[in-house]
Order: sequence, then structure tokens, then C-alpha cells
Amino acid sequence: MKKRLSVALRIALGAAATGAVMAASGAALAADPLKIGVIAEAQAIAGASIPQAAQLAADEINANGGVDGRKIEIISYDNHSSSADSVRAFQRAVNEDKVNAVIASYISEVVLALEPWASRLKTPFVTPGAASNEISKSVHADYEKNKYTFHGYLTSAALALSVCDGAKDLLVDRMHMKTAVIMSEDAAWTKPLDIGYEECLPKIGLKVLDHIRFSPDTTDFTPIFNKIEGSKPDVIITGISHVGVQPTVQWKNQQVPIPMFGISSQATNETFGKDTNQAAEGVLYQGVSGPGVAVTPKSVPFAENFKKKFGNYPSYAGYTAYDEVYYIADAVKRAGSTDADKLVAALEKTDWEGTIGRVQFYGKDDPFTHSIKYGKGLITGLMLQWQDGKQSAVWPKDVAKVDVKFPSFIKLSN
Amino acid sequence: MRAFQILIDGFAISALYALGATGFTLIFGVSGVLNLSHGAIMVAAAVAAWAAASILNVGTYAGALIGVAVALLTAFATYFAVVKPIQDSRRIPNEEKEIFVLTGTLLWGIMIQELIAYFFTNNAKTVLPIVEGVVEILGVRTPRNEIFTAIVCCFVIALLWLLVNRTRTGKAVLAASMNPRGVTLLGLELTNIYVVVWAIYGILAGIAGVLLGMFLGVSSYSVGPLTASAFSIVVLGGLGSVSGSLIAAFVVGYLETLTAYLVSPAYRTIPALLLLVFVMYIRPQGLLGRR
Repeated sequence: MKKRLSVALRIALGAAATGAVMAASGAALAADPLKIGVIAEAQAIAGASIPQAAQLAADEINANGGVDGRKIEIISYDNHSSSADSVRAFQRAVNEDKVNAVIASYISEVVLALEPWASRLKTPFVTPGAASNEISKSVHADYEKNKYTFHGYLTSAALALSVCDGAKDLLVDRMHMKTAVIMSEDAAWTKPLDIGYEECLPKIGLKVLDHIRFSPDTTDFTPIFNKIEGSKPDVIITGISHVGVQPTVQWKNQQVPIPMFGISSQATNETFGKDTNQAAEGVLYQGVSGPGVAVTPKSVPFAENFKKKFGNYPSYAGYTAYDEVYYIADAVKRAGSTDADKLVAALEKTDWEGTIGRVQFYGKDDPFTHSIKYGKGLITGLMLQWQDGKQSAVWPKDVAKVDVKFPSFIKLSN
Repeated sequence: MRAFQILIDGFAISALYALGATGFTLIFGVSGVLNLSHGAIMVAAAVAAWAAASILNVGTYAGALIGVAVALLTAFATYFAVVKPIQDSRRIPNEEKEIFVLTGTLLWGIMIQELIAYFFTNNAKTVLPIVEGVVEILGVRTPRNEIFTAIVCCFVIALLWLLVNRTRTGKAVLAASMNPRGVTLLGLELTNIYVVVWAIYGILAGIAGVLLGMFLGVSSYSVGPLTASAFSIVVLGGLGSVSGSLIAAFVVGYLETLTAYLVSPAYRTIPALLLLVFVMYIRPQGLLGRR
């Protein structure tokens, strides 16, 4: 009797234990974190904000209960601005760290190197800052293969449009400028940008007098500014991202009397002021958002929280990376799964009001498949200017805080 | 107008190259060390000057001094932590020491470069110029800072010439470069001479680094190109020959400036490198080389 009881007891205990283990594993399954790999240029002005902003978004989502009870875990990798390092990080993120999605890089060359890996490893991948048209064109060209890649920032073509839209109002209509010289670094993202500039600048009434492309290794910009001054344009239209500090400082030190207007990625980060010893004063640059600019109700709180946590305002890629974590989380929620194909399908239906505007992606039949849509009511971009050591919005009118003003060495010809 | 522009810009950049290369060639002449961490030491000086002035707000002059001091310390660290242990080692055969020093200083330079990138990002930094504004020279709008750079470079090089040729320490350094064995026979401690040379080198590299930071700006990416440019100038001028390096610096500086203005800024460094290859063919010892 005693023996039988003990057998029964053992069975009962065993059953209870098994049940407990099963329950525990079930709970673990539900609480399994949603892992997002973030591969970025942690040592570069524009890239440093990417992992920081992604972490900030994850912390906020987790504080509000996560995604259907699952926490978001950000795993970041420094790619040292190298494509090879990025590919290794991507492989490690997927194969070893088992991430569900990847956010990576502001450099087009890096993103173009990662795109085939997103296809091979079937992992949804969003870039917060690269611009080359080729990223989304590849998705369009071979949709089934490349559908895992999303372009979470404006294409170079859209960037050129954004700059031209701003230039029309600010430079042509208000300051009556007539001529421009394009100055851009030789990189993958500026090729389509320059084509865009060449096309849209004459349309808005700015005649392109010269077009200077220079190596991103350039350190002495004196000959370049000299050549530009020789053609006497009203404005220099910029396309710079890998360089930024040196041309800006030399522009000021040499007192080049022509304003700079266009894309200047490094200028989007608040640390640019210190890095240039405030030579940035007067530089006009395109951004998707900026400190104190309420593009949407989410923009200002994000920028302020970022500054509180990391000591400076984010670069443009910080805004996009922050939004990306949110809309990836939203897509996981809508898909009810982290299965790559289901997640891609959900991401395609994204309609998310983020810090840079309303995010939607172009579809399979659009030429820029999976790139964020550009236009009124979606994302238009804005123009900002460094004034009194701060970044202030000057265009479009509804978000502009101040008027354009230039340092005394700038001589406007009209 | 353009000719004057090339003349003025070329002079400033050449003077800066000369200053950077002088220390590099001095070390080689005296102790046979090719210091491949040269670029890293220059960048460390510029970034330190920038950080002191922009983050710690110590002011431009103090910032520049701190930059030079950091270069001096880094130069000593290079000598005592990397070069001397290799030179003193009994386990490394004498004929292999040169290659060990090359590798050691190269790796040391990469370590410094990565540290700078880690703490201060790899974006370019520019040191606030000591003198600001522009002046017109022969119709060319020239930044005062550019003139300042050229004057300081020439002044420091002249000072170095006086030090080497007119002081006792300098003469010992000169003697050591000619015949190290003879110097030890005269009762002079060779190690002391090396320390003096590394100190001179540190100060020269520091001044060159800070001036470069003011003139063009530097980033951790500049480390490799700066070492390479000093190396090619020194090889072109003749290894170990200070006057050869000075001449080579001006040849390279003007050739680069001419290319940048007349051809394209994108090809700036190419003709100078071609010239280097050409000189290696017809005169392997360099312009004023001793061997």
C-alpha cells in the first residue's frame, strides 16, 4: 500500500513537474524578445545616431508593454563604415543572434552590399539613411528575390526634388537667384542625385553653370572653391555626406562669398557645430526633420528625449531609425508573426505617422519599389539653416521658424 | 591671377609638408627608424588641440599647446613602448630589427587611429585658427591662417637648423647620424641622443599636426595618407637627408597644387606618386640621398 502510494505520488509529481516545465516554456515563448539587429557607422557623425535612436524607440515600446507582450531587443554592430564588416555583421546577426529584422547604415555602398544578403538569408532589412536609387530599383527589377529590402529614407531622386522644391521658394522666388554650380562628392548616392539636380534646377529657374564632382578623400577644397568662384554662380548646390566638416570650414576660412544649399548629411547632426568650430553658420541643408521642428506631433518629443539621453540632437538617420523600429514593431503586430515573408507583406502595408512624416512604401509596380513615398501629406523634407550655432527650419512655411540669413562674407549678387 | 593663387596655396601646403617630413627624416637619419605611426601622431595632436579648445574650452593658444604636448608624449610612448624594446631585444636578430620596427610602428599607428575614432568619431575635426580673416595678396583672397601656417613652418624649420648646426646637443645628433659608433667612442650615450631626437620629432610632428588641423582639418582617416605622404617625400628627397626632404616637400606640394588647379582636384596626389616611381628608377637614393 505504502509502495503503491509512493508510485502514485511519483506519477503525480512527475505530471506536475512536466506541466510546470511546459507552462514555463510556453511563457518563455510568449515572452521571447523581438530581436532587431542594428548595423551602423557608430563612429561617424551621421551614423552614430542610428543605434541610439533605435534603442530609444525599443525602450519606449518596451515600457509600454512591448509588442503583444514581447519585448524588443536591439542588438547593435559597429560596421566601421565598411561594407565587408557590415556583411559579416549581417551574417552574424541572422545566423547566430537570430534577429528578426535588420536596420542598417546610412552609406549607399554598404546598403547595396547588404541587399543580396537580405535576400539570401531571407531577413527583412530597412536602411535609415542610404539614398541611392539603385536600392529600390533592384527590388523592382527582381521583386521575388529582393523584396526583403526596404528603403526607409528618400531616394537620391526624391532628395534632388526636395532640394529643388526648397530652392524654388527660397532662392529663386525670394532672392531672385538665377545661376548655380553643383558640387558633389563622387559616391554611389550622388550619381542619381546629380542627374536629378541637372534636371530639376533649370526647371525652377536656376541655370547650372558648372558641375564639380570630387573625390571623398579630398582634404584641400581651395582649388574647388576657386573654380566655383570663377564661374560666378549665385549659389552652390551641394551633395555631400562622406565629407562635410572640411569643405564647410574651408568655405568659411576662405570666405567664399557664395551660399551653400543642398544635401549636407553631416550638417544634420547637432555635433556638426562643434566639429566645425561654428563655421557651419549660414549653411543651408535639406533634412527630413530637425530640432524643434514639428513635422509631426512626434518629431519634437523624440528629438528632445534623444538629446536628454545622449547629449545631442540626432542626425537625419536618427529620426528614420527611430521610426523604423516603431513600424517594424507595428508590422510584426499586424502580421501576428515574425515569419520573414509575412513580415515583408505587413511592412508593405505600412502607414505610419513617424517623426519625419507619414511613412508608406511604393509598391511592386512602382519603379522605386519599397522606397518611402515622397510628396505632400507624406514626406516632403525641409530646409534648415545653421543660425547662431543652432539648426533652424527655414522651409516650408508651415514649419519655418526663422528667415534665411547669411554670415557677412556672403555676397548675394541680386 | 591663377598663377599667383597656385604660388600662394602651393607654398603654404609645401611648408606644412616640409615640417611634417623633417622630423620623420631626422629620426631615420639618426636612429635608422622609419616611424610608420607618424600620421597617427600628427592626427593625435590635431584632435587633442580640437578637443581641448572645443570641449574643454581652454582657448585657442592653450589648445594648440596641449596638441603639441600630446604629440610629444605620443612620440615618447612610441619610442619607449614600441621602438626601444625591439632595438634592445636579444631575441630578434639584428638584421630583422628594421622590419620589426616597421611593423611595430605601423600597428601602433593603427591602434592610435582606432582609439581616436572610438573616442572622437572618424569625422573630420578642425582646430580653430589662431588668426582669422582674409587678406588680399596679389589679388588673391588668402586666409590669414594660411600665411600664419607658412610663417610658423619656416620659422620652426629655421630653428631646427640652428639647433642642429649651432648647439652642442645638435652637433651630437648630427654626429650620431653620421657615425653612431664614433659618437659612443667619444663617451656620449647613444640612448640620450635618441631621446633628444624623439623629443624634437614629437614637437615637430605636433606643430605640423595642429597647423594641419587649422589649415585643412584632419580625421582618423588622415592617418594613412599623412604617413604615406611623409614617407614619399622623405624617399623622394633621399632617406635621412633633411635638406632633401625640404626640397622634396616643395616639389610634391607644388605638383599637387598644380594638378588640383590645372587638371582636377580628384587627381591631386597622382603625379607626385608617379614622380616618386620615376625617381626610384633613375636615382634610387632619392634627390639628395647619401647612398
